[in-house]
Amino acid sequence: MSNLPVHAPRVNAETKPFWDGTAEGKLVLPHCNACGFVIWYPRTFCPQCQATDVRWEEASGLGTIYSFSITRKGRGEFREAGTYVLAYVELAEGPRVMTNIVDCDPDALSVGQAVRVVFDDTGQGSALYRFTPA
Amino acid sequence: MSIRGKAAIVGAFEHPLREIPDLTLPQVHAEVARGALADAGLSFSDVDAYFCAGDAPGFGGLSMADYLGLDLKILESTETGGSSYLFHAGHAAALIAAGKCSVALITMAGKPRTGGAGPGGSGGIGGAPEGPWENWWGITVPGAYALAAQRHMYEYGTTSAQLAEIKVAASLHAQHNPNAFLPDPVTVEEVLDSPMVADPLHRLDCCVITDGGGAIVMVNEEIARSIGNGRAVKLLGHGEAVKHSDRGRIDLTYTPARWSGPRAFEEAGVTPADIDYASIYDSFTITVLETIEDLGFCEKGEGGRFVSDGGLVAPHGRLPFNTDGGGLCNNHPGNRGGMTKILEAVRQVRGEAHPAVQVPNCRLALAHGTGGNLATRTGAATLILGSEDA
Ligand SMILES: [Zn+2]
Repeated sequence: MSNLPVHAPRVNAETKPFWDGTAEGKLVLPHCNACGFVIWYPRTFCPQCQATDVRWEEASGLGTIYSFSITRKGRGEFREAGTYVLAYVELAEGPRVMTNIVDCDPDALSVGQAVRVVFDDTGQGSALYRFTPA
Repeated sequence: MSIRGKAAIVGAFEHPLREIPDLTLPQVHAEVARGALADAGLSFSDVDAYFCAGDAPGFGGLSMADYLGLDLKILESTETGGSSYLFHAGHAAALIAAGKCSVALITMAGKPRTGGAGPGGSGGIGGAPEGPWENWWGITVPGAYALAAQRHMYEYGTTSAQLAEIKVAASLHAQHNPNAFLPDPVTVEEVLDSPMVADPLHRLDCCVITDGGGAIVMVNEEIARSIGNGRAVKLLGHGEAVKHSDRGRIDLTYTPARWSGPRAFEEAGVTPADIDYASIYDSFTITVLETIEDLGFCEKGEGGRFVSDGGLVAPHGRLPFNTDGGGLCNNHPGNRGGMTKILEAVRQVRGEAHPAVQVPNCRLALAHGTGGNLATRTGAATLILGSEDA
């Protein structure tokens, strides 16, 4: 577990396979059966070809930092979180995913750095996906 | 069909205050509407088309039409955050060109300092399908724009000092604006020494937070001629574009100005080199830098060099910009800087900017709005404005 706030997402029928996967420590992504596109954010509609036939496949959990920023004083749930890192991680499968980089020295991070997924359990049948230096 | 020259801005008004504790949000909309109509020499009963965005209270356009007592042929409330009003101006010109209306009123107002931004006023995305994938990471507006700055720095070597040059230019202009929220000039060093809000963005890379509002009135050619006071500003071109997450493969180094700009230039029949003055949306310094590249004022990646050495300083820089002090120093009412971009471009074309920053013989001006969030979804619109002889 990281030391960042863990907010339980509202799960619906469209996103349940993704969140069920996180509860088992897996990053499960929808793939379009019509064109093969790896869909992000998770949904049952392919934004590449507009098909609605998707299958869910476990991703490698590996990626690189596409960009990051360091916030010293957050707001709302993050007000007391101290310094934290907001980032886009480019997954090995292609999508660029907004997330946090955790368990790291923020000032030592760099764009392009390799990271791997970690999960923060929400206690409600889901977990938040975050990343840490690989 | 083109809108070129078919519609003109004949009324413009910016609320002079930056804190408005004693007025309600509808009252501010009404004051700026009255101001713009008075500037045009028109009255509320002349208005047959009304445009407003998510900053309008209640049911938006329907509520405000009722409040203002407008009898309308056209009601339009495209919502793209701070750029909404440039979308509205383009749509108003098209509707005027098509003969659907003849006098269009566009208003905006916000009270984040003394009353909250109101429903939808600052881009709330409750219930949006993208919410669960963006809301749990401590995202703030500066933290998100800092992602764009970081990536631009990585790909093109842009520096914090170059971004600071943009704030410095805005502050040099703001010193001549008696209403500016931040009227004092700053140096590159002062920007770099200001606290980090979200690395790599400093506090002085951010725009101001102000109450305020503004409005414009647009009319067809015939009415513009009949007003005949020499202050009509013609709308020569309009382009708009939407950039979203690109199917989960977002590229943070450009904005939709890359598409809206060429559309506007083509309609106006001009090129970036022809532009005498530019109002560039400036929520953050990085917003300006990427937009200048995307509009074609310089090559992608060259923005840092373009803005350096006084490149944006009026009246003699490479591209005099935001001569009212912009959102970075003057006014960013309701966290939405689009209307004020139009207003200063109108002042420049009319020759009514402050003499210290008035661009000599300003015949062609550009106004550009960037709404939403540079790090997720953005709606942009570009207007090319011209003097009566342009
Ligand atoms: Zn597909």
